[in-house]
Amino acid sequence: MIDFGYQINKGRTINLDVDRAPLKELEKVVPSFQSCIRCGSCTATCSAAQFTDFNIRKIHTKFSAGLHDELAEMLKPCMLCGKCTLVCPRGVNLRALVVNLRKILKEKEL
Amino acid sequence: MTQYFNPFVIPFTVGVLLLFGICVFKWVRWVRQFDRLQRTLLRKNILSWKFIPAIWEVVFEVLFHRKVFKRSFVLGYMHTSIALGWFLLIVVGAIEASTAIAGSHPLWVPIFFKYFGKELPHFQGELFFNFLMDLLLCFVLSGLLLAMSKRIYSQVVGMKKATKHVLFDKFTMISLWLIFPLRLIAESVTANRYHNGGFLTQSLGELIRNIFPIVSQNAFWYFETTWWLFYSLALGIFFTAMPFSRYMHILTEPFLIYFRRLGIKEDNKPTGFTKFELSACSRCGICIDNCPLFKELNITDVQSVYLLREIRYKRLKEEIANNCLMCDRCVVDCPVGLELTKIRRQTRYKKELDTAGNYKYVDDIQPFNAIGRVAYYSGCMSHLTPGIAQAMYHIFEAAGQKYWHIDAEKTICCGRPLLQQGFEQQATDLRRKNTALIRESNATMLVTSCPICYQSFKKEYKLNIPVMHHTEYIDKCLKEKKISIEKQDLKVAYHDPCELGRGCGVYKAPRNVLKKAVKLVSLKNEKDKSLCCGFNLGNTAIEKEDQKKIRDAALQNLLRKKPDIIATACPMCKKALMHGVDNQVKDVAEIVSENLQK
Ligand code: SF4
Ligand code: SF4
Ligand code: SF4
Ligand code: SF4
Repeated sequence: MIDFGYQINKGRTINLDVDRAPLKELEKVVPSFQSCIRCGSCTATCSAAQFTDFNIRKIHTKFSAGLHDELAEMLKPCMLCGKCTLVCPRGVNLRALVVNLRKILKEKEL
Repeated sequence: MTQYFNPFVIPFTVGVLLLFGICVFKWVRWVRQFDRLQRTLLRKNILSWKFIPAIWEVVFEVLFHRKVFKRSFVLGYMHTSIALGWFLLIVVGAIEASTAIAGSHPLWVPIFFKYFGKELPHFQGELFFNFLMDLLLCFVLSGLLLAMSKRIYSQVVGMKKATKHVLFDKFTMISLWLIFPLRLIAESVTANRYHNGGFLTQSLGELIRNIFPIVSQNAFWYFETTWWLFYSLALGIFFTAMPFSRYMHILTEPFLIYFRRLGIKEDNKPTGFTKFELSACSRCGICIDNCPLFKELNITDVQSVYLLREIRYKRLKEEIANNCLMCDRCVVDCPVGLELTKIRRQTRYKKELDTAGNYKYVDDIQPFNAIGRVAYYSGCMSHLTPGIAQAMYHIFEAAGQKYWHIDAEKTICCGRPLLQQGFEQQATDLRRKNTALIRESNATMLVTSCPICYQSFKKEYKLNIPVMHHTEYIDKCLKEKKISIEKQDLKVAYHDPCELGRGCGVYKAPRNVLKKAVKLVSLKNEKDKSLCCGFNLGNTAIEKEDQKKIRDAALQNLLRKKPDIIATACPMCKKALMHGVDNQVKDVAEIVSENLQK
């Protein structure tokens, strides 16, 4: 085979067939989360992220992809200070998101 | 004794006995549910002189409804005429009965005096008593008329929105409403027969008889005891329903006032004292009108009156508990002086979600040696408004004051936002760290720029140094002539942040400072009546679009006199306001820093 310096990836399987119920539940109490564009402003300004690798965008992105592993633990460093909520360009109510996410994860034992 | 008995007194007597039985049972149980601090205060102060001002307050609030009068004269009159009028009917009735009857008589006689006193010999002052009792009844009836019209059209008493009552409250209310008209009819019928009425009952008696000429006089008189029975039934039903309805406030409020005078307050957890507070709410609905959630968003089921009712009937929904800005506007308005936002906070307690050890990452932050310095805590939000911290640096330097900016780079939150959402343990963890940092630094004073932090440090921390908001600090520096400012010819409207104003009572300091720097205009809603900027961290239930509506209302109030600049004293308020208006929005510190005299 001639090496053109790039290659075509093999077909991959990504499981998007995940449980959507927790996300739906969150979107019901925090409707603004639907307008998140994953820009990361929240993480950039986060008070807790100054001390740790706490990353609120990563957490909510994983959650909306249906990856719930360890999220409950990962959410704990948040201090609910509200800086993220104030800077979010899409008006996502991030404090409500943190509180309700923790609640949903607890209730569903995820 | 039989002379003073008629079977119609039974419903009344049973009602009174039940009422006091149930009340005493409840009160004793509640007092036993006081927590340790509340119990100690009760034991220590129970026999102190403090009961004198308490009695005073009970008279002014429970009988005269002073605070309701302040809100609206008609509303005050409505409450006072019923409360004071009824109270006087009982007292004057008792005096009348003991003047007329030598020796003892059963407890119900004053209540039904016109009936039992009808064949007594004339006594001194009889005519006077007849007149006075009729006058008092008129007084009560006039209030009743207002109360009824309030139910139909609340603007009569100056209220935009009256409380939506539960069925049981409506039932109890109707039994209360019936008491006085029934008393009027019963007394009139008796007066017509025995000529012992006053100006009202006597003439009404004649009138009734003339309206129903078909009924022969004997038959009409035959119904006399029936009317008295109806009156007694209305009383009995009302008294029995009272402890379970909103009218429990009548008997509970005096205790609450007394306990408060002894220094007892709400705690983080609900206690027996909370039960007194819940039952002392009259569901008057005064807390609804000025709630920004009602005024700007037309949300009508989350206000304090509903919160308290739902807690009392043990069916509070989380949505109600969460949907509140914690702006304290209702606390200022509540005529009973209930600690409404504290009670709401109790209901938000997160239980197993509120975990310990979440913030281990702040553990290894080392304290700074700040002997002789002022510790300056600008707060998380100020990191989005760095101009405020810059201005404070400038002011500290001008005043020749060395400072240590605790959270210059990394910010540990004060913990109040967590506490307001019911994460007590987590908030405690943050407080512990901040306390250690501040204590070990040996700083002489703590100055904060964020009113949320300020309220937290003032009320939730136990620091051994004075805590000041930066407006207070600047005011002090100006008074001590450590700094001076040049006055500018600018019109400025000042926005009171909820947490600084209503939360901590700091109204004067920012105004003192601004008056020296600019021309301060007065506003329609200011000081404790100021409007929330909508972005208070107390609420997690409403979304940005709604917050903006509340903010716009606050801006409207600020812009009425066309100021050049809007001033405030909170990074959060500043951020909230500046995005909704063309005018410049500045913190008091920034205005001062710009105009410092060299
Ligand atoms: S700042 Fe807002 S829009 Fe951006 S990632 Fe965070 S939540 Fe999403
Ligand atoms: S509220 Fe939580 S996630 Fe948002 S900035 Fe503060 S610590 Fe970070
Ligand atoms: S909370 Fe206060 S203002 Fe509101 S209904 Fe109760 S007593 Fe009235
Ligand atoms: S604290 Fe403010 S938002 Fe909450 S109920 Fe009272 S007035 Fe309404």
